[in-house]
Amino acid sequence: MSYLEYSIKTVPTGWRKILHLNWPLVVLLTAVASVGFLMLYSVAGGSFTPWAEPQMKRYGLGLAAMFFVAMVPIWFWRNIALVAYLLALFLLLLVEFFGAIGMGAQRWIDLGFMRLQPSELMKITLVMFLAAYYDWLPLNKTSRPLWVLLPIIFILLPTFLTLTQPDLGTALLLAVGGGLMMFLAGVHWAYFATVIAAGVAGIWAVFESRGTEWQLLKDYQFRRIDTFLDPSSDPLGSGYHITQAKIAMGSGGWTGRGFMQGTQSRLNFLPEKHTDFIFNTLAEEFGFIGGISLLALYVLVVVFCIFSAIQNKDRFSSLMTLGIGLTFFLFFAVNMSMVMGLAPVVGVPLPLVSYGGSAMLVLMIAFGLVQSAHIHRPR
Amino acid sequence: MRRTPRETAESALRISRRGLILGGTQLAFAGVLALRMRHMQVDQADEFRLLAEENRINIRLIPPARGRIFDRNGLVIAENEPTYRITLVREDADDVDAVIARLSMLVELDEDDLNRAQAEMKRTAPFFPVTVADRVSWEDISRVAVNAPALPGVTPEEGYSRVYPMRDTFAHVVGYVGPVSDRDLSRFEDPPPLLRIPRFQIGKVGVESKFEEELRGNAGAKRVEVNAVGRVMRELDRREGEAGADIQLTVDSGLQEYVKARLGEESASVVVMDLEKGDLLAIASAPSYDPNKFVRGISVADYSELRDNNHRPLASKTVQDAYPPGSTFKMVTALAAMEAGVVGTEDTVWCPGHMEVGSRRFHCWKRSGHGHMNLETALRESCDVYFYDLALKVGIENIAAMGRKLGLGEAHDLEMSAVTAGLMPDKAWKLRERGSAWVIGDSVNASIGQGFVLTSPLQLAVMSARIATGRSVTPRLVKSINGIETPHRGGTSIGLNENHLRQVRRGMYAVTNDRRGTAYRSRIIGEGYRMAGKTGTAQVLNRIVKNDAPWEERDHALFVNYAPYENPTIAVSVVVEHGGGGSTAAAPIGRDVTLQALYGGDPPLDAYPTGLRAEIEAQQERLAREREARIAERNSRA
Repeated sequence: MSYLEYSIKTVPTGWRKILHLNWPLVVLLTAVASVGFLMLYSVAGGSFTPWAEPQMKRYGLGLAAMFFVAMVPIWFWRNIALVAYLLALFLLLLVEFFGAIGMGAQRWIDLGFMRLQPSELMKITLVMFLAAYYDWLPLNKTSRPLWVLLPIIFILLPTFLTLTQPDLGTALLLAVGGGLMMFLAGVHWAYFATVIAAGVAGIWAVFESRGTEWQLLKDYQFRRIDTFLDPSSDPLGSGYHITQAKIAMGSGGWTGRGFMQGTQSRLNFLPEKHTDFIFNTLAEEFGFIGGISLLALYVLVVVFCIFSAIQNKDRFSSLMTLGIGLTFFLFFAVNMSMVMGLAPVVGVPLPLVSYGGSAMLVLMIAFGLVQSAHIHRPR
Repeated sequence: MRRTPRETAESALRISRRGLILGGTQLAFAGVLALRMRHMQVDQADEFRLLAEENRINIRLIPPARGRIFDRNGLVIAENEPTYRITLVREDADDVDAVIARLSMLVELDEDDLNRAQAEMKRTAPFFPVTVADRVSWEDISRVAVNAPALPGVTPEEGYSRVYPMRDTFAHVVGYVGPVSDRDLSRFEDPPPLLRIPRFQIGKVGVESKFEEELRGNAGAKRVEVNAVGRVMRELDRREGEAGADIQLTVDSGLQEYVKARLGEESASVVVMDLEKGDLLAIASAPSYDPNKFVRGISVADYSELRDNNHRPLASKTVQDAYPPGSTFKMVTALAAMEAGVVGTEDTVWCPGHMEVGSRRFHCWKRSGHGHMNLETALRESCDVYFYDLALKVGIENIAAMGRKLGLGEAHDLEMSAVTAGLMPDKAWKLRERGSAWVIGDSVNASIGQGFVLTSPLQLAVMSARIATGRSVTPRLVKSINGIETPHRGGTSIGLNENHLRQVRRGMYAVTNDRRGTAYRSRIIGEGYRMAGKTGTAQVLNRIVKNDAPWEERDHALFVNYAPYENPTIAVSVVVEHGGGGSTAAAPIGRDVTLQALYGGDPPLDAYPTGLRAEIEAQQERLAREREARIAERNSRA
């Protein structure tokens, strides 16, 4: 079975594929990762260990993986999308199973050279699988209830598995990312309007129930919401970290305190300075200029994905490219909102910058898919 | 799945449309993030910068050196001694128990210190140094330093501690310091932050307490950068504090030491006062205690031993305690009567050994009676009946007024703890405090220093000084603060007829120099050094006690004197609790102390009556040996 009815003869073959890579995207990704190396070097007090050096090695590995994935024709990836999704789901269950026999809230599987988080893998395979699903589904069936219910199940299965790990941040990203994939695929407006209305009503009900007999959340959960809305109400408890993060951010000013001069991170006032809150270190040391520059790089990555998707006439390719760009956006948007005090702290890393293996490798593989779609696009 | 070109085009269009909508939304959200960043980093930057600085910078106090205390000749009474202690930072020690075990092989660790350290470790952060050994020697410290690699987390530290080199000699005068307690803090409305420094010491009693503020000095401060858990990362700048003021006392430590040795095992007190400015040359209460023990934290056993001792070593008897003055009060009655004009020097009274007042019979101490007595002979032989008669003539109001003029019933403003005012009773006092009227028998009792009258040894010395000079000599304990001399009072006349004073002085001279005087055995031979004095025996129980009575029931022995008689320079008071008679127990002490003060050391033996010289020589040798032993012991400790 051929992939597309129009010619794929014009698709480059062999080494010529390299010329057709989306090179600006490669440069952008490397630039973002380099910001990460610089910050990891800084938070370690001017040292390549323990964070900057492993991160650079991982990026090298990720880059290689990206090139490898890019060389493989996109139709191969489409064909294995279902298998990949099922495999990721299986791995998630496996983690669940191991967790059940007493390994605690374990989220990863040890592969020897790295620890793989199946929930990270799921972010990409879900996007891939939904793209393949809508590629397969006749257009006129897109908004029919049965065909809408089916992808919802595909989304909710891994979401619940992730939620029980528990990993609220990733679960939210999966749910929101999946929902937006459905939006991109053209599911009717009315469905989304209904969901949003239900969500607003639900939140309203939760707040209204407070203090009554049938209140929907436990007291401590309400207190956590209070703390998020007003961190100063619990300055030494859970509000402490977000307050310190905001101080780091705000005290940077226009140009920052200078490389390795951030007192908030150097003196450990800043929590998780090498992972979730690394953006605050950047903002403290390089100020508004530094922060806005990284934001611009991120936005450019997303913009390049959108352009690549729009140029691509293949439904699977463009849906998947948009989905991956969107996932990437959700990553940094949620992280930044969180560290700026606009969203509750849910533990989402800053893509390609935060220290961490799985997330980086999975993202690079995802951009490999974007590159493959770009190289193998119908012309 | 295959698609028609139309379908493909429609699909691409739909995706492009929704992709652009979502892309636009994403861009809009990125704009919100950028605006938020701008708001925090540009508009609120100053605010957050301030918060960051508050996080980072901490001000730590540097305790100042406490002022030292010297005697009148510049000898050190209280100083600061470098002490070494060993601290442990748990965070740096891999295995706390193992490190302590290794440390205990090098240094003898105190069980109490270790228990305290264990308790402290539970309370404090892991990076906080906890003292595991206090007051270790320099040798121990060097041994620890040499073995440092085997002792991770262990640091030898130097600090200063108060030390009283003269030990028990000045305990009641100077007092001691100790760790700040909640009670100390409650004395302040707004306690100085310095007092909250761990291990900071504050004056607890005596001069250390009264001059706490001057001695403490002003704290220095250093600005340090701290991390999130409060550990100091580096020092940013430092301002040294101001050491406390040095205080010089009027006391002569040589004389004080002599007094201490001379009193020996007695429960007694001695005050020696210089007549020119009222300087207290010696003010000793025996037995005493070692204030160094309190600085280090006295053990329960040591403390209960001090507390339960019936000689009350913790009491500052010279100023805190008041005793019936007994016959030493007779000068007051005599002066009151003369000033009131009710008696002349040649008027005599017949002493048959007792006197009837109303229906009561008051006895003279000499049951067989003294016969005809005039003022001089009555003082010389301490005839009670003569003074009973004066009391009936002059009345209590005149006596009380004279007592006050001579410094009785007044708490002299001295820089020591709990200075008593004693009691100089009069009619109003009795009505107020006892609720009954003054009766004539009360006056009779008061005339010989019994009944309600109570005086402290300090007041007796002041009384003696005022009789000797006719001036309102007032005691002074602090000579100078930081080199600036403190004011003294007492230069003015107390307004007594010089002739009357001379009569009393002659009586006192006869007490010690007339063959029939009660203190004749304690006379001074040396020309120009002769003293005038007065003995007293104060009843503890309201009856005459036998010599073999239990110690607690025996009479207090008192003696006051001034010398030299011709040109007085010092006044002395001696109280020996339950010592028996004033002439036997107190007067010899008064004489010895007087000679020491006048000669500034051991006097030549020919200052003493011939018959006593052998005994005195032996005593001098014994005391000299004791003093040397004390000095040797002191030096071996240092």
